[in-house]
Amino acid sequence: MSDFLRSYLTVGIFLGVAVVLVSALLGLSSLLRPSKPTPQKSIVYESGVDPVGSGWAQSQIRYYIFALLFVVFDVEAVFIFPWATRLEAYGLFGLVEMGVFIFILFLSLVYAWRKGVLRWV
Amino acid sequence: MSLLAALATQTATAGSVPVVVDTPSVDWWGLLPLILLAAPAMVLLHVSSLLRRVFRGFHALATVAIAGTAAGFAIVQWFRVQDVAGGRGPYTTVAGAFTVDGFSVFVTVVLCLAVIVSALVADGYLRREGLDGAETYALLLLSASGGVVMASANDLIVLFLGLEVLSIPVYVLAASHLRRSTSQEAGFKYFILGAFASAFFLYGIALTYGATGSTNLSVIRATLSADPFVDGGTLLLAGAAFLLVGFGFKVAAVPFHAWTPDVYQGAPSPVVAYMASGVKAAGFAGLVRVFSVALEGQVNDWRPIVVGLAVLTLLGGSVLAVVQTDVKRMLAYSSISHAGFLLVGVAAASAAGTAAVLFYLAAYAVIIGGTFAVVTAVGGPGERSTSLDAFRGLGRRHPVLALGFAVLLFAQTGVPLTSGFFAKFGVIKAAVDGEWYWLAAVAMVSAVIGAFVYLRIVVAMFMLDDAGATHGHDEDVAEEAPEPEPVALPGALVLALGAAVLLTLVVGVLPGLLTGLADDAVPTVLATLP
Repeated sequence: MSDFLRSYLTVGIFLGVAVVLVSALLGLSSLLRPSKPTPQKSIVYESGVDPVGSGWAQSQIRYYIFALLFVVFDVEAVFIFPWATRLEAYGLFGLVEMGVFIFILFLSLVYAWRKGVLRWV
Repeated sequence: MSLLAALATQTATAGSVPVVVDTPSVDWWGLLPLILLAAPAMVLLHVSSLLRRVFRGFHALATVAIAGTAAGFAIVQWFRVQDVAGGRGPYTTVAGAFTVDGFSVFVTVVLCLAVIVSALVADGYLRREGLDGAETYALLLLSASGGVVMASANDLIVLFLGLEVLSIPVYVLAASHLRRSTSQEAGFKYFILGAFASAFFLYGIALTYGATGSTNLSVIRATLSADPFVDGGTLLLAGAAFLLVGFGFKVAAVPFHAWTPDVYQGAPSPVVAYMASGVKAAGFAGLVRVFSVALEGQVNDWRPIVVGLAVLTLLGGSVLAVVQTDVKRMLAYSSISHAGFLLVGVAAASAAGTAAVLFYLAAYAVIIGGTFAVVTAVGGPGERSTSLDAFRGLGRRHPVLALGFAVLLFAQTGVPLTSGFFAKFGVIKAAVDGEWYWLAAVAMVSAVIGAFVYLRIVVAMFMLDDAGATHGHDEDVAEEAPEPEPVALPGALVLALGAAVLLTLVVGVLPGLLTGLADDAVPTVLATLP
């Protein structure tokens, strides 16, 4: 085994300790604690409030579209900030590339607008 | 430029030297087929959203024109990269990350062909299902552009980028039938398993990078040729295994095939035509680039695994196809078995094997495009009748359609005088030349098992009545079969089917047309340019 792989041995040992520790603690507590299940106890815990409806509730498709639109601007920021701090390093090439990138994102906004996503219905 | 330089001197404060990042030189001519697929796809999407109305079939026509133009420029490139004597030949660009060689050009043309066939089939389909719009076509083109990146990549990261650009549009396309829950399910399953496979692939890249110190395929090859490992290269083997798992998912090799039948059955048929031809071609292009080119020196390490995958895929695909009763599922399993044949070509790890894989991909793209054109037409509104029973008596109701379908099914079987015969012949010959006799034998046995599946459909079309099976043993004959709906045949679909049948037969009679090209398209190894 090479030194490189041996250095990963720590991870393996840590994993082993974690598994043993958790199973020991959980096993011990299940041996010690009294077990008196009632229907009340086995319902979903909802901060003390009785849960309403099933877990498969449907949410408005509108929010999903907003999430997608958010990605348009979010991704833009992720790329633009690092680029802006090092603008001079990337020169004209970087400027043009960023222009192309923003133009493509702008196109997606135009598309969203034409499809009526920006209108609250 | 001077303005920018002034800006640079202004922003550079005293004490900190402005670092100028070397921007790679880009050969835009080399990237042209890629740009010609991706940019017009976005234009198409916006033209369609900005215009109130477009004429019927505009989107399909535009898609065929775009893919045709890209293929045309790729063919121009072909002459350039083949002209080694004239001092041109294959080359890399964008800092050695993107290769333009016969291989990339060949796969580009196959991908464009797959898009054209799928677009022609989709035209009638989308109108029939009330889903007409530019989205399907734009996504097809964008996915093909990802495939082009995969085929041209000379860097693992670029390869991964291509893989994602190829896959993500196809996830959406699989779920694009809004009113069929099976289509939604197909998209979801494909997405989950595809994302899973991408994670494997990425992990493989990380380990390979750790072992070799580079993600560039040429550099990896050069590093490995010096035999740098003292411990046998465990890390590289693990990396290669993960990469193989990632590719295995994409090309639907057993045991990574579980998504295929469900996705093929649920997704719209024109999309399935593209998945089976385009996505598979791009997947194999990436596989060949990584394993037959970058890891060629490691062939004795990875060949046993690829051979094992090939055997499992060949037998698994054809045996499971036998027990299906839905034609789309049958074709899904048959496409798995085709992946097995392609893996036999990859396992040969020779120039002949790679050429055979390319021939197979080109021939198969045409055959499967035509096959799913028929499935689209016979499936009827909502694709409700894709069971084998729906094909009963098709030979009596639509003799020409059934005949075309029969030719394509015979081609998939590997009957002589069709391109399918030479495709199978090529990969098996490559295996025999590499002295893998038992592998060749397994491939032939699998072809025989597969023949049963295709002949079963042919028998259903020509020898069984609509009402019930002539030799029905497990059929509930008492049930009154409803009169089958007449099959509507849009012009574009007939064009695609006719072209597919014609190409299959022409290449079957004159295989030299394609074998010569495939031989010239074997990837070259290029020294990296800094």
